[in-house]
Amino acid sequence: MFNLEPTEEQQLMVQTARELAKNEMDPKAHEADEAARTPEGFLAKSWELGIACPAIPEQYDGASMERSALTGALILEELGAGDLSMALGLLAPASVAYPVLDYGTEAQKDKYLRACTAAEFPKLTAALLEPDYDFDPTALRTVVTKDAKGYVLNGKKCRVPNGGLADTYLVYAREGSGEGFGAVSAFFVPKSTAGVTVSAKEKNLGLNALDSVELTFENVHLPPDARLGGDKGCDFERIMSYSRIALSALALGVARRAYEHSVDYAKERKTWGQPIATRQSVAFSVADMRMELDGARLLVWEAAWQLDKGNAATKESYLAKLITDEMVLKVTDEAVMIMGGHGFIRENPVERWLRDGRGFAVFEGLAMV
Amino acid sequence: MIDFEHHEMLRNLAGAVEQIAKDHMRPFTREVDEHEHSNPDQYVKTMYEVLKLSGGAMSSPVMGAKEQGEKKRRTGNVTSVVFIEKLAWGDCGMYLATPMPLLGGAAVGAAGTPEQKKQFLKRFQEGDPKWAAMAITEPGSGSDSGSIQTTAELDGDQWVINGEKIFVTAGKRAVEDSEGFVVVWATVDRKAGRAGIKPFLVDHHTPGMKVVKLEKKHGIRCSDTAAIVFDNCRIPKENLLGSADVKPTGDSTGFKGAMATFDATRPPVAASAVGVGRASLEYTQEYLDKQGVKPRYGVARNKLTAVERDLMLMEAKVKASWLLTLKAAWMSDMGEPNNLEASICKCKAGRDMVWVCQKAVELLGPEGYSRKHLVEKWMRDSKIGDIYEGTQNIQKLVVARRIFGYSRDQLA
Repeated sequence: MFNLEPTEEQQLMVQTARELAKNEMDPKAHEADEAARTPEGFLAKSWELGIACPAIPEQYDGASMERSALTGALILEELGAGDLSMALGLLAPASVAYPVLDYGTEAQKDKYLRACTAAEFPKLTAALLEPDYDFDPTALRTVVTKDAKGYVLNGKKCRVPNGGLADTYLVYAREGSGEGFGAVSAFFVPKSTAGVTVSAKEKNLGLNALDSVELTFENVHLPPDARLGGDKGCDFERIMSYSRIALSALALGVARRAYEHSVDYAKERKTWGQPIATRQSVAFSVADMRMELDGARLLVWEAAWQLDKGNAATKESYLAKLITDEMVLKVTDEAVMIMGGHGFIRENPVERWLRDGRGFAVFEGLAMV
Repeated sequence: MIDFEHHEMLRNLAGAVEQIAKDHMRPFTREVDEHEHSNPDQYVKTMYEVLKLSGGAMSSPVMGAKEQGEKKRRTGNVTSVVFIEKLAWGDCGMYLATPMPLLGGAAVGAAGTPEQKKQFLKRFQEGDPKWAAMAITEPGSGSDSGSIQTTAELDGDQWVINGEKIFVTAGKRAVEDSEGFVVVWATVDRKAGRAGIKPFLVDHHTPGMKVVKLEKKHGIRCSDTAAIVFDNCRIPKENLLGSADVKPTGDSTGFKGAMATFDATRPPVAASAVGVGRASLEYTQEYLDKQGVKPRYGVARNKLTAVERDLMLMEAKVKASWLLTLKAAWMSDMGEPNNLEASICKCKAGRDMVWVCQKAVELLGPEGYSRKHLVEKWMRDSKIGDIYEGTQNIQKLVVARRIFGYSRDQLA
């Protein structure tokens, strides 16, 4: 029956994520953004908490919790509210682990899921986005063809999280001249493979602390077992649904943090002797933030719930992300406005959340739940 | 665990309500709009029998947790909004002409003693169709409901009511066309402001009460929106809802009780807004689908046509408004205070369903403007959702006050 209360187990994980955000992410985010560097030790330490990929089965030394996009959404909102750069850095390996869990061959599961339960922070990430104004996941320009020995990969990827530190990329590519979701497969590409070029760390609008890179593939030869799922391949359409949930959940976190900041600031800041929260224009703006945030969250939850039931959820996740992407931009933009001139100064966090928040509308392909 | 599926019984009942909407509302929806204030007799008779059979399941759908005092999870509020959404999908004006306690009943539910609830609401389980109404607004007092001027004076064992109320939904049906009642907000001491305001139950055909006007409206034309004048209208002392002991001044319990009514009625109002929005959305989707316009969910956003994007936003807004409404109702069932969430869902549903219904007219092109299609009617029906039971701006004030922890004095 209709119910919106998370389980105790979910609440525990949310609490863990919330504490990580509060203690390790939010306080360090500004410096990390200025220095364009993830705080030392953050990735390793936070990975150990086990909230990034709790559904890996016991046979691969995982926590074997129930596979749930909804649980992931709950956790990712907290991480997004901490800091988006750090969250994406932490979750990058999950964007490989989940597709492997769902579609990998036994050999692939053994190799890559174990890499995610080993002591070291996993050097794995996924690459979907391409540097085209008309980027279309169903019409990728990164293409794979077959030759006698296996596959040949050509193309470019960008905004790849943890791309510098990774040693293996899960690259989404179009097979031959196919079209649509069905024509997309994923390939494990070791960084050391001939023809793979990794750019220097990108300089972007936001996500400065995230080690993101561009990848170029020039006639990269891959063995037959490089294809995720072997002959069976993967359900890229479903992977995209998980990705939309994951990104939307992070966006909810960024928006929520900006909203909470606005509430606190508006009560403190005074004009003409009164807190600006007492001015209708500001009060209505904050009320609007809250309404849009709460509405978007329920869309994300419902889409995640559909996925957990085994339904396709392409439509639900697509609509949830459409709304959430617009919402996070609007909320972070308003959060700057509420601070006025101070919102424009980098010492204050709102302008960073706007820079981070703008990205969601162009990010896809990270199935971190 | 988090679950978006209703329990089986509710799903079945909702299906039955939907069938009523299809069989008894939609066939007459254009007719009751063209002939304002006509009576949807078939719908009224059918619904009254259904409501009697349901044993009052919809009679007091909006009671708060404290009244029922049960630890077990309740379902009345979620049930209520599910039903109301379906009926409003059928025809919102007709829904407001449903013979049931509605707003008057909500007031009794929120402010009345257990004895009063029994006494005044049991009539809805019996006899012929009847209605109940709530009279708050006056010509000079709308959003500022604390400024009402209608008076109630204690004279022996009777209250004497004097004043003029407007915008009383189901006002005529409640007090002149049936054995219903109207709950009137009146002040026992004008100088005391909100502290003097109390809810008084005035039974049908009480001398001194007269319906003087039925408004001609932009939409929800089947609903009778009445102006009622009270001229030395005498009611029993026991008809003051709440404690029989009157504290003339310094006690805002009456007013607060009446305001608590709104926490309970905002989700149902939001639900009725969503019903209209969903009607519009579905009609538009079907119409365009027949023309070959099918939204491509999952396609790269930069490839969406403007019409596809509009359709998708319509769909997402209907869904988000609905989920927020369910959430607010669910919180009531769980016994959690939902003042904030009630205003959030009412505000968003009221505003966004207007957007959806207005957009629908546009998406049908020039034909959207014609009365050959219902989208123009739903656009007119939807606008009231943004206004009554607290305008969009009032809802935003309530939301903001809750967020900041501000009183009315701190954020006006």
